[in-house]
Amino acid sequence: MAGSSIPVPGGLGATEVAAAEAEGTWLEVLHSWIVTVDHKKLGIMYVLYAMLFLVIGGIEAIIIRIQLFFPDNHFVSAETFNRIFTMHGTTMIFFVAMPITFGFGNYLLPLMLGVRDMAFPRLNAFAFWMSAFGGLLLYYSFIGGVGLQGAGSAPDVGWWAYSPLTSRAFSRGHSTDYWAISLIVSGFGSIGVGINFIATAFCTRCKGMTLFRMPLLPWLYVVQSFLILLAVSPLTAAQVMLTIDRYLGGHFFDTQAGGSALIWAHFFWIFGHPEVYVLIMPSFAVLNEVVPVFSRKAIFGYPAMVAASVAIAFVSLGVWAHHMFTIGMTSVGNAFFVLSTMVVGIPTGIKIFNWIATMWGGKIRYATAMLFCVGFLVQFLIAGLTGIILSIAPFNWQLHNSYFVIAHFHYVIVGGILFAMFGGIYYWFPKVTGRMLDERLGKWNFWLFVIGFHLCFDVMHVPGVLGMPRSIYTYEADRGWTTLNQIVSVGAAIQGIAIAILVYNIIRSCLKGAVAGPDPWDAWTLEWTTSSPPPPYNFAIEPVVHSRRPLWDLKHPNDPDEPLEEGMIHSGGKSPS
Amino acid sequence: MSHAVHGHVSDPEWRLPSRGRVGMFSLIVAESAIFVIFVVAYVYNIGRSTYGPQPRQVLELPILNTIFLLSSSFTIVMAERALVKRAMAAFKAWWALTIVLGAIFLLGTGREWSKLINVDHLTISTNLFGTTFYSLVGLHASHVIVGLIMLTTVLIFALTGALKPEHTEKVEVLAIYWHFVDWVWVVVFTVVYVIGR
Amino acid sequence: MLQAALLLAVCAARHAFALSSKTSIFSPAATPAKVSYDLSLFVLTITGGIFVTVASLILYAAVRFRRRPDDDGSEPPQIFGSNQIELSWTIIPVLIVVVMFLATARMIFAIQDAPQPPSALEVTVIGHQFWWEFRYPAQHITTANELHIPVSDTSTSRPTFMKLTSADVIHSFWVPRLSGKIDLLPNRINEMWMDPHTPGLYVGQCAQFCGVQHAKMLLRVYVDTPEQFAAWVKQEQQPGVQDPAVAAGRHDFESQACMNCHAIAGTPARGQFGPDLTHLASRKTIASGAADNTTENLERWIDNPDLIKTGSLMPAMHLTADQVHDITAYLNTLQ
Repeated sequence: MAGSSIPVPGGLGATEVAAAEAEGTWLEVLHSWIVTVDHKKLGIMYVLYAMLFLVIGGIEAIIIRIQLFFPDNHFVSAETFNRIFTMHGTTMIFFVAMPITFGFGNYLLPLMLGVRDMAFPRLNAFAFWMSAFGGLLLYYSFIGGVGLQGAGSAPDVGWWAYSPLTSRAFSRGHSTDYWAISLIVSGFGSIGVGINFIATAFCTRCKGMTLFRMPLLPWLYVVQSFLILLAVSPLTAAQVMLTIDRYLGGHFFDTQAGGSALIWAHFFWIFGHPEVYVLIMPSFAVLNEVVPVFSRKAIFGYPAMVAASVAIAFVSLGVWAHHMFTIGMTSVGNAFFVLSTMVVGIPTGIKIFNWIATMWGGKIRYATAMLFCVGFLVQFLIAGLTGIILSIAPFNWQLHNSYFVIAHFHYVIVGGILFAMFGGIYYWFPKVTGRMLDERLGKWNFWLFVIGFHLCFDVMHVPGVLGMPRSIYTYEADRGWTTLNQIVSVGAAIQGIAIAILVYNIIRSCLKGAVAGPDPWDAWTLEWTTSSPPPPYNFAIEPVVHSRRPLWDLKHPNDPDEPLEEGMIHSGGKSPS
Repeated sequence: MSHAVHGHVSDPEWRLPSRGRVGMFSLIVAESAIFVIFVVAYVYNIGRSTYGPQPRQVLELPILNTIFLLSSSFTIVMAERALVKRAMAAFKAWWALTIVLGAIFLLGTGREWSKLINVDHLTISTNLFGTTFYSLVGLHASHVIVGLIMLTTVLIFALTGALKPEHTEKVEVLAIYWHFVDWVWVVVFTVVYVIGR
Repeated sequence: MLQAALLLAVCAARHAFALSSKTSIFSPAATPAKVSYDLSLFVLTITGGIFVTVASLILYAAVRFRRRPDDDGSEPPQIFGSNQIELSWTIIPVLIVVVMFLATARMIFAIQDAPQPPSALEVTVIGHQFWWEFRYPAQHITTANELHIPVSDTSTSRPTFMKLTSADVIHSFWVPRLSGKIDLLPNRINEMWMDPHTPGLYVGQCAQFCGVQHAKMLLRVYVDTPEQFAAWVKQEQQPGVQDPAVAAGRHDFESQACMNCHAIAGTPARGQFGPDLTHLASRKTIASGAADNTTENLERWIDNPDLIKTGSLMPAMHLTADQVHDITAYLNTLQ
């Protein structure tokens, strides 16, 4: 199975090219990476960038958890704590979760579509450097944000930056400006990525690959990209308005002049909710590729998966005010957002059922990648259900802004997105580097992460239910929250160890990992026809495909996926007896 | 075995959409979202300025300016047609006329703002109306400026002979952007000068 | 297995803690909190059922369909979909959503659109960085940080209806055992009501990040019997006590900048920026719950507020030790 050589014209004729690539001095190598427009190099840079900020954001999380270990703790001051949790949230969303998904998409889309590069390679590079610069700008605030009399330094207004706390009057110095401007800059990068993904999927596909023969991963990136275009832009607009208020004397959010504090909240969440679907779609994409291969079955219900993804994206544009149930909307307004939020849970649930059905009747192999996917399934289920719980407005009036909400969204982002992304790393690392990640270390990585994750985030729901609000640098000793906070902190530390194992595994395997060969997992999509790593041009001859799983057809000439007629979207195959 | 990957003789011709067009449409989707937010902010804040000059007092309908801008959509279509027919001289003329019309629009906006600032004492910081007005109209004007820079670049290429009829599609993609800018003005005009007064 | 055990443990812990935390949303003491609690049990039952069902399916599939060690390496039957199955697992969630939505909508309207009875007590709440201002318009009372409201059980129906706004940034009023939270926005009035069933002290805190000392913007709500409440109102309506023994302190208070920010009824002090101090000595805490109301704490607070609540908007007044001592003695008489 591993290392099987399929005589497919288009990739394997050039196995040795990667090794023979002229390396040059390290300066020349560095230069080639900085000026590259190659989607593979940019994809790798996005992922490395995200991993770096994952460590930084993780350190910020550890600082938070140490401060909250005891009530009335003095590990950091109130001011520092507020900066740390603001930076933690902003970093993790914009400089970890988004870049890591962009990295996977950039690397995989052209390979899965059988083409040489993205539709706009230079835009690709531009978008990466904009995102990178945004992150650096945000962190420069620690040094450069120092304003008059110590006011300034890193932003301390929460990653949601509600007005009027962000106005000049309440947020002195430049910290808030670093928040707004660094995100405007990286926002342009995100929009560039979105344009590129859409153009690539619609306009550059190898012969025979109709839209409904595309693997599901490109589909999910298309949906993600439309959401980026529609969601990141409102944030950019709102941040421009904030900057106009702060620097040009504008009054958008100035309630004394007739402006509105409420409208910032609306604009922010009009961005903020679709944003979380921007983050999760690529995780769905990873599952859509990994679960079938390790279950040895085609994905169950391809058309439904496409339709569900589109439905989720569409509905997700209309649920934003479920972040604002307590802000004083009318009862009718609240009821509307209860309904729309519940509705978005339906296509999401359908996806979970489809994944289970894919595993059902299969022959599941538990490589680390698959372990992470099963972890995702259970955890994403729980996260979705706590989301439904939060959509119940009268219950939300209690749970909003409490640790229950923090537990919920970390469940999605860590238990869902990070688990899926790690699964994706274990799955595609062989393709990217030509070496396998160590499976024993992988199992340690996975199980420690599971234990730490559940210790931390299962327990974290309880302080929320017991009345502990979020964004507080300390808490009263008599509330009954202390022991729970301590357990949460221990769980956080264990997760840190698990991630350290992953980083070690990556570095070690790059140097000494087992050679992977082109197709170590016996998979079915086009990227597995190239060498590992692929040559710079991906395919020597453009592939031609006739079904959703071109490699399956090659490996099973007596039982191919039936070629789809033009216009058909259901592939045939056996119906269940 | 290999027939699953090699092409069939009977495969229909493989055509995919143009990436320039799809890319430009995607950009327009994102830009539209930004404009929608500024328009929503404008509409939400109509009548909410608690002090200072009000729209009805200081705004005049920029009918002439609008005619200039919208007719540039017509002239750019004429330019595209000329390019398709390889009539380079006609193309340059219509294209230059488009730029001139756009520039006149900007001049008109400049004059209007000059009056508002110096005569009516309305700036972006004067009151809520000033903030929302200059932000929205200014956002549109900045897109006109970017468009004019791109159009002028193309004109320079045409005048130096570097632009050929083979570049028709690229020119059409830019024209899509210009049409977008023109039609955003229709929305801005309606919201600011019709509804908002 | 691990998952189920953990969940069970959490549920048990939750139940145990609910009885012992002062701010548990699972021990409601007023109708809005009770509505939320009852609805939550309904929803948790449904979502719990969904979890058990689907998680069992996931774990069953994960275990049952593992590749056997003696596997011959062939691929299992490839199944691409099933219209009937997919239709049914679309319809069932839709039905669940309809049921949950209808139950929820009913409760939203019941709470938000509840009419205000004539017997209701009206309180205006104004949020500040980092303290709470409470005004009782009908009783002509202004106080701060510790809210007194009457009990409202079946015999004496007297719910408290609140109008809430902010003097600066967005805050949020949250006393979990009495009600869900509501945000306080500048130049906007939100409304909320509570009808506590049992007298006692209920605690909470600001629940919308409002700046550096958001964590110390605590709330104490005293639910009084009708007699207690009437007595409290009467006392609050009195002007500040004028004890000649602490005249020196009162004189210091009125001649320093204190009265620029604070008000004491019956004196020239009419400041609005800081809490009303007319009856400061009757409060159990100072600095919105950041410290107990003792002489020592009060002296420390007046001398340098940053020692107790770094970043609070009260400046250190740079008074002499004697002035601090005298002013504290004066404030201690303000019952």
